[in-house]
Amino acid sequence: MMSHTGYVIASYGIAAFTVAGLILWVLADGRGRRRELKALEDAGIRRRSASTAAGEAQ
Amino acid sequence: MSEQSLAIRKFSDLANPTRFIGLAERLLPWFSGLTALLFAVGLYLCFTTEGDYQQGETVRIMYVHVPAAWLSMMCYTVMALSALGTLVWRHPLADVSARAAAPIGACFTFLALVTGSLWGKPMWGAWWVWDARLTSVFVLFLMYLGLIALNRAMDDPGKAAKVSAILILVGFVNIPIIKFSVEWWNTLHQPASVLRLDGPAIDPEFLRPLLVMALAFTMLFLPCTSRPCATKSGAGG
Repeated sequence: MMSHTGYVIASYGIAAFTVAGLILWVLADGRGRRRELKALEDAGIRRRSASTAAGEAQ
Repeated sequence: MSEQSLAIRKFSDLANPTRFIGLAERLLPWFSGLTALLFAVGLYLCFTTEGDYQQGETVRIMYVHVPAAWLSMMCYTVMALSALGTLVWRHPLADVSARAAAPIGACFTFLALVTGSLWGKPMWGAWWVWDARLTSVFVLFLMYLGLIALNRAMDDPGKAAKVSAILILVGFVNIPIIKFSVEWWNTLHQPASVLRLDGPAIDPEFLRPLLVMALAFTMLFLPCTSRPCATKSGAGG
């Protein structure tokens, strides 16, 4: 049964590596998109929905 | 305005991308914390429960393989609902949600395939067999990769959204095939032992860590999709 421990360790190792990679990718992608958004907002471009949300909140 | 229409109005307000971004940013830390907590409890249960009398230690592979397989199908179902939202209501959040879920679904499908292979070798004596369950999950993985490539290959986001939505809905036929493949065909893969009409056929000792890990994986899906949704919908809405 000892030889099977390797399969368990490999499974959990690959799962941890994949989940960590996914989280890092989501964070990096989010940072990139935020930079793009900031550049657009600095250029004076706003979301159409921003005015609707602000208008209804008043 | 009646209470019912107020409730509907409140719910439909979430379709406003700006409001969605605000809500997602408020909820993200809570989702992330809950996910980490569930993983901690799930992993503790995974390694403290007894091994199976027949499978020994390899039964622990089930606690990552089964939730990953469930999530691979759930991601695609979410994408199919989003595809309907794109084609019927042409809502920008629907396309963003489908695009955000595709790489996450691909990751879960990859995990299900690899951990299944690592479980198959000691139990079946083979890393891989072309039976209906394994083949249909492999097709799902290829579909995820194809959809990611398609979205990146098309310059016009509107056109890409429409083409992707049609492809997602056509590909949805694979989900019931995956689920029922073990009943429709003679497969090396075992039939369902948890999601059955007559209740789970698995011992509660193994079911407990499995359900906690499934919940942890589902919670992981929420921040992983809502974060890209919040950032990607920013410029579009």
